[in-house]
Amino acid sequence: MTESTMKAPKKALRPVKWMRENLFSGWFNTVLTLGVAYLLVTSVGPLLNWFFLDANFVGSDPSACTGAGACWLFISQRLNFFIYGFYPDELQWRVDVMFLLLAVSFVPQFIERFPGRKWLGLFGIFGLPIVGYFLIPGGSFGLEEVQSSKWGGLMLTLILAYIGIIASLPIGILLALGRRSEMPIIRGICVVFIEVWRAVPLITVLFMASVMLPLFLPEGVNFEKLARALIGITLWQSAYMAEVIRGGLQAIPRGQYEAADALGLGYWRKMGLVILPQALKMVIPGIVNTFISLFKDTTLVLIIGLFDILGTVQSTVTDPAWQNVAIEGYVFVAFCFWVFCFGISRYSQNLERKLDTGHKT
Amino acid sequence: MQTPPKDQPGKKPGIIRVEGMHKWYGDFHVLKDLNLTVDQGERIVICGPSGSGKSTFIRCINRLEEHQQGKIIVDGIELTDDVRHIDTVRREVGMVFQHFNLFPHLTVLENCCLSPIWVRKTPRKEAEASAMEYLERVKIPDQANKFPGQLSGGQQQRVAIARALCMKPKIMLFDEPTSALDPEMIKEVLDVMIELAGSGMTMLCVTHEMGFAKTVADRVIFMDGGEIVEQAPPHEFFTNPQEARTQKFLQQILAH
Ligand SMILES: Nc1ncnc2c1ncn2[C@@H]1O[C@H](COP(=O)(O)OP(=O)(O)OP(=O)(O)O)[C@@H](O)[C@H]1O
Ligand SMILES: [Mg+2]
Repeated sequence: MTESTMKAPKKALRPVKWMRENLFSGWFNTVLTLGVAYLLVTSVGPLLNWFFLDANFVGSDPSACTGAGACWLFISQRLNFFIYGFYPDELQWRVDVMFLLLAVSFVPQFIERFPGRKWLGLFGIFGLPIVGYFLIPGGSFGLEEVQSSKWGGLMLTLILAYIGIIASLPIGILLALGRRSEMPIIRGICVVFIEVWRAVPLITVLFMASVMLPLFLPEGVNFEKLARALIGITLWQSAYMAEVIRGGLQAIPRGQYEAADALGLGYWRKMGLVILPQALKMVIPGIVNTFISLFKDTTLVLIIGLFDILGTVQSTVTDPAWQNVAIEGYVFVAFCFWVFCFGISRYSQNLERKLDTGHKT
Repeated sequence: MQTPPKDQPGKKPGIIRVEGMHKWYGDFHVLKDLNLTVDQGERIVICGPSGSGKSTFIRCINRLEEHQQGKIIVDGIELTDDVRHIDTVRREVGMVFQHFNLFPHLTVLENCCLSPIWVRKTPRKEAEASAMEYLERVKIPDQANKFPGQLSGGQQQRVAIARALCMKPKIMLFDEPTSALDPEMIKEVLDVMIELAGSGMTMLCVTHEMGFAKTVADRVIFMDGGEIVEQAPPHEFFTNPQEARTQKFLQQILAH
């Protein structure tokens, strides 16, 4: 409604004028432009060489790497480990099925007119964790059991981030509602919970979950370490989520609450049908921001001995069989994180645009 | 403007009964010893200077505000802390606000159907059909699939009226429904309200539209300083006010 239908004049048609206005307007901008241009020219060439022209892509062992450029061979040779950790080769199809389901649920979300994409999305949120719960660890339906100490790599990163994200949102919503509740006991509990968890660094939470808890509890099977880490991550994340959502709840005008009350909706329907849809929509950028930082924070599980993608790469680059492959390894990790985080960010922008009904309350 | 029939026999007396009601905001005594009985089908206009407690009073009737002393009985149910009673009363009492308060994330039709579907458990098809009837009655069926942000103020307020009516309430409360509107839109909303009054709806309306009061009201109530100062049928109220405060108020607003 606020969008103007007038198109901005096409500046690209007059490059000289554009450059004069944007790059060389005044001595300071001119110096800056020339400096940046110099940096680009001098760095792009070597980077290109290192990344592609001098790089080694094929071969079967470390000696195939010349050392003149990147040794991508290292990535392709150890890719299996980076993706599945120690998950047994012959059972990796189970993880592949999960990757496939993940892609089938979420890739269509980027395609405007994909039939039934809403259902696929709902499956991704509610069905996927259930399927994964049976498929990945096995041990039921005749599937061979794979202990969680064997999970690792990208697969573990995705499990941690996915569960953390999916579980922290509803808990965060409840905490945010609780913090604004009129009942002092509920409000008090929520305030204490949020403030305690938010004030503690994730490293501490993970450490407590894996090192301190076992001191008080009898040490069980290894699966519990992952479970404990997941619970720690989820609770820690939900405290942040709660504060983001509370911001949204506070931004909803009082008239909306009153109108819902006057219609006799009652507390839960008022919140679920009127207040939360608006509040959540308003804080999508904040929610996504928290998702993305959680996604990256999962790398901290390294300190409690879980091998996520960063952990697998890090343990491999110190392998004496491979020389000087640290940069390649970290570039690969950075690229994987970037792909997922950028995907989340793009999707949220899609969602914001689609949900925009013009706020004029 | 047609004049609606003023008396309809066979109606339930005392559908709203307010007895010795007081309300405080902290130490501030907003409403002082209010007593009022409204019969079914009665149309009441409440007026008074700003800050006299008109909004607070009608918001007490569906418990958007709670009172601390005295009784409010709506359709036989006393308003207390009991949440079930409050919800029962709210189902029977529709309210229209000064700033419309439509739900901006729902279309006009969805705004109207929300409560019938979720509270009254009306099947969606039925709720939508009934909503369309009310939207026709307020003369905007063609806007049903737009979002509130795409409508003018007058249209939004008519949607708000339709939304309240979709719950088939026994009583309608209006809190200055036209005072946030541009002058050219006031009439379209008043026309809808006059039509509604003609249909026998029990209405309590806070408004400064004296023309509306004269046409429609059975009784005009004048409030000042949290008290009901005077109440009378409109003809008497405007031509022969008894209290000095009423006279002063009428002089001020009729001067324009
Ligand atoms: N939530 C509140 N807390 C404290 N005081 C309040 C609150 N709401 C209203 N008041 C005060 O109560 C008095 C009555 O307010 P109310 O809104 O009922 O007046 P009104 O007659 O509707 O006025 P107007 O014509 O301006 O709408 C005012 O003095 C106002 O300042
Ligand atoms: Mg008011």
